[in-house]
Amino acid sequence: MISYIGKRMISIIPIVFVATLVTFALIHISPVDPAEAYLTAAHIYPTPEVLEQKRHEFGLDQPLLTQYLNTIKRMAKMDFGTSYLTNKPVWDEVKSRLPATVELALWSMLFSALVSIPLGILAAVYKNSWIDRVSRGISYFGASIPQFWLGYLLIFLFSVKLDWLPVEGRGTWENLVLPTITLSLVLIAVYTRLLRSSMLEQMQETYVQYARTRGLRERSILLKHVLKIAISPLITGMGMNLGKLLTGTIIVEQVFSWPGFGRYFVDAIFNRDIPVIQCYVFLAACLFIVCNLLVDLVQLYMDPRISTKGRAEL
Amino acid sequence: MINKWRAVFRGQKAIQICSAVVLFFFIVMLLAPWIAPHDPVKVNLLEKLDGPSVEHWLGTDHLGRDNLSRLIYGARISIGFAALIFLSSLIIGVVVGSVSGYVGGWVDSLLMRLCEGIMAFPNLVLVLGIVGIFGPGLMQVLLALMMVQWVYYARVCRNMVVSLRERNFITAARISGSSSWSIIRRHIIPNVQRPIVVMGTLEMGWAIMDISALSFLGLGIQPPNAEWGAMIHEGTSYMRSHPELMIYPGLLILAVVITFNILGEALSERFGVAKR
Repeated sequence: MISYIGKRMISIIPIVFVATLVTFALIHISPVDPAEAYLTAAHIYPTPEVLEQKRHEFGLDQPLLTQYLNTIKRMAKMDFGTSYLTNKPVWDEVKSRLPATVELALWSMLFSALVSIPLGILAAVYKNSWIDRVSRGISYFGASIPQFWLGYLLIFLFSVKLDWLPVEGRGTWENLVLPTITLSLVLIAVYTRLLRSSMLEQMQETYVQYARTRGLRERSILLKHVLKIAISPLITGMGMNLGKLLTGTIIVEQVFSWPGFGRYFVDAIFNRDIPVIQCYVFLAACLFIVCNLLVDLVQLYMDPRISTKGRAEL
Repeated sequence: MINKWRAVFRGQKAIQICSAVVLFFFIVMLLAPWIAPHDPVKVNLLEKLDGPSVEHWLGTDHLGRDNLSRLIYGARISIGFAALIFLSSLIIGVVVGSVSGYVGGWVDSLLMRLCEGIMAFPNLVLVLGIVGIFGPGLMQVLLALMMVQWVYYARVCRNMVVSLRERNFITAARISGSSSWSIIRRHIIPNVQRPIVVMGTLEMGWAIMDISALSFLGLGIQPPNAEWGAMIHEGTSYMRSHPELMIYPGLLILAVVITFNILGEALSERFGVAKR
């Protein structure tokens, strides 16, 4: 098992390497010179001398390989350069905005799990009943509705018409309700279907028949035996759908003026604040990679057979 | 060939209905200049925020532009560009995937590492990063989505090719002197058709959502052009007095995307292929 964990840890190294390469390549495929982007953002007129000086400062006159190695060195120390716009270190600004995004993401994960686990179980147990059809409807709806539109519909209904909840901002629990629901729906859609199909698959297994023959209560068979195994694909699904959660925070933060990392990223795109863009893209990739690793390890803990079978199907 | 595809529809109500809806939207999109009652970008401040009338069936927006015409023209961007992204990423993906699987060796491992590198990023994050570097605009969005989407087709195609390569009928074709290209065209492409149709259908839904999300953020289409996501964004400013301005385009996105999703699901069941 230890060797499996070790192998899995080593396997992420090339992916992280490629991720740094892609992040680095982002500047160099750009039609705009970073030095020029900096001067535009800082409202300095780009005379050739100033431009040359900035290019030297950013190390753009060095060979590509040296530049790349320097970038990796800096990233390893969590130094993402200074923002073109505010001239402050990017990482400091990111640190002050991360808690808001993490708060939103965690609540959404919790909420979507709380809704989709019971819904998925019910949809599987009462297959083709009304509850299964409702859950199918929710899934199609959740997977097909544009998130920003859903956010505005909720604002329209609960803030403008009913005046129950605030439109935007952060601080009280009331501020959290609408963004969390908006962000969760798409996740609920995916998780419910995943759990339903893996429950149905497990319920065909012989150990369920055996348990029934032994006269165990249906409820305890489902909750104690079937769910324990059927939940494993759901955990993989959570890891794989982290991207949805992450891009969801970008959209939702924009709709609800939530002061998080996603909004900061969108602002940076408009200002061509390249260090911030690079920082977001790189951190998103790292988060994605690390979470998929964690998911694998959780699965290993739940089903130790994986270490001998090889890597779980991802 | 036609008979084979006709068999796909027979007795499949979901596939029939969804295909009809998709066809309807494509017709509307292609015939937009003839169907739309007004010019979608013509400003008329005297008629701003009018309710429904004989002249303007769905009323007008904050600049007095005809809502119905804007919705019809919006389909061109939302669905048309999604189709463009689908086709271009499909072509790149199939070519790269077939070559990678067929040639094998270091070419294969290099191309697959590239795919893995791109897949290491959450999709839309990389798209936003690329758009951020190139600057906002519809072409940049198109390019960015294309650069990210082809990898999925490449992977599916490559895996198919690798599993097909060792099969007897391919060996037979090679022994009988067929060129690599004709083997790819005659034997491999027909075999990857089904999974690709399923992926493509689902991809259309995602692409429409992604384009509208980027337009909503202000990164895609630039005013005054009509696009559903951008129309929702414009409509939100008038949410209190004229909620319908943001509701109509949203309903259309929902309708189109849900149709593609149901169609994709039904096709994957029909063909017995796993989704992405």
